[in-house]
Amino acid sequence: MGQKLECFTDGIWKQNPILVLMIGLCPLLAVSTSAINGLAMGLAASFVLVASNVVVSAVRKFIPNGVRIPIFIIIISTFVTIIDLVMNAYFPPLHHALGVFVPLIVVNCIILGRAEAFAYQNPVFLSLLDGMGMGLGFTLIITLIGAIREFFGNGTVFGSQKLISAPALLMILPPGGFITIAVLMGIFLYYNNSKGKREAKK
Amino acid sequence: MSETSLFGILISSMLINNILLIRFIALCSFFGLSTDKKTSFGMGMAVIFVMVMASSASWTIYYFLLIPLKLEFLRTASFILVIATLVQLVEIFLKKVIPGLYKAFGIYLALITTNCAILAVAFLNIDYQYNFIQAIVYSIGTGLGYTLAIILMSGIRERVSLAPVPKSLKGFPIAFFIASLMSLAFLGFKGLFGF
Repeated sequence: MGQKLECFTDGIWKQNPILVLMIGLCPLLAVSTSAINGLAMGLAASFVLVASNVVVSAVRKFIPNGVRIPIFIIIISTFVTIIDLVMNAYFPPLHHALGVFVPLIVVNCIILGRAEAFAYQNPVFLSLLDGMGMGLGFTLIITLIGAIREFFGNGTVFGSQKLISAPALLMILPPGGFITIAVLMGIFLYYNNSKGKREAKK
Repeated sequence: MSETSLFGILISSMLINNILLIRFIALCSFFGLSTDKKTSFGMGMAVIFVMVMASSASWTIYYFLLIPLKLEFLRTASFILVIATLVQLVEIFLKKVIPGLYKAFGIYLALITTNCAILAVAFLNIDYQYNFIQAIVYSIGTGLGYTLAIILMSGIRERVSLAPVPKSLKGFPIAFFIASLMSLAFLGFKGLFGF
């Protein structure tokens, strides 16, 4: 049971796909111009990640080693097409806001990476947990960045009332995205380094 | 000059809407490979090469296969499969026919399959409803913009690696700060030539 829980929690903090593994950066900055966009992208990517992890794990015994990457891609693109059509049908404004990044989930390094590194070699339930953990970690970070950028760049939180009268427009523009992730990563690394120092002193 | 003129597309894709610094696409390769100039140049060349070929292939498939058969929803799957196959074929072809070029590309050709930029350009060609020539120009411009950004970034990073960077910011965080300043600079291109 302990190992199973670890599969799930690893993805959220210790092996957070963005802060630690540093993969899946592509959609991160482009769609995090507001908290709700970030949340939508995080959830869409999580759906594809969990679904593809489960399917790849379920059929892993039947996938020959040589052609496994194209087969992963077919499986992943199926789920991306599904989520693309579902978003277009039920959430048109969100789908329009995310734009070309919904189909780009197909080449999101996180999904292909986890299929290759984890789902291909582990049973279905563990792959499900891993997908959920990684997806949650990704969603948390992207929503956080979206919330920060939206708050400082627009003054709103999840589309609420303007809380700052003269927001910094720069935050919503591309440079603001880079700065936000840089600061976030710096804080994360600083925390990890100081934790390492504290544990070494003990 | 209108947005759809070939010169307009070239300038817009290369500078004003630079794929890395303004559109945030292909960031994984950008930060992973931009640590020295030689690597960056190689990656940039490979990207331009594959981008033009992939765009023409996917454009042709979309307009001559998917639309007549009313299978537009298959474009995600078919584009990525086309790109993966194309890269594989190009690798085999170069290895046999132009081994010098194959050696020059090295590992980057294989890395390009997961490069978001290739797939993104394939999609954007369709979204913008470009004709074939416009699509080619768009991919060349985007590839040039990518190459420009990655070479500039590598030049800066080479120098920063010798500078006293705080421990927590070493590596990726400082690279992101550099990218934000470059992005700020490229924002200045908005309105260039009236686009």
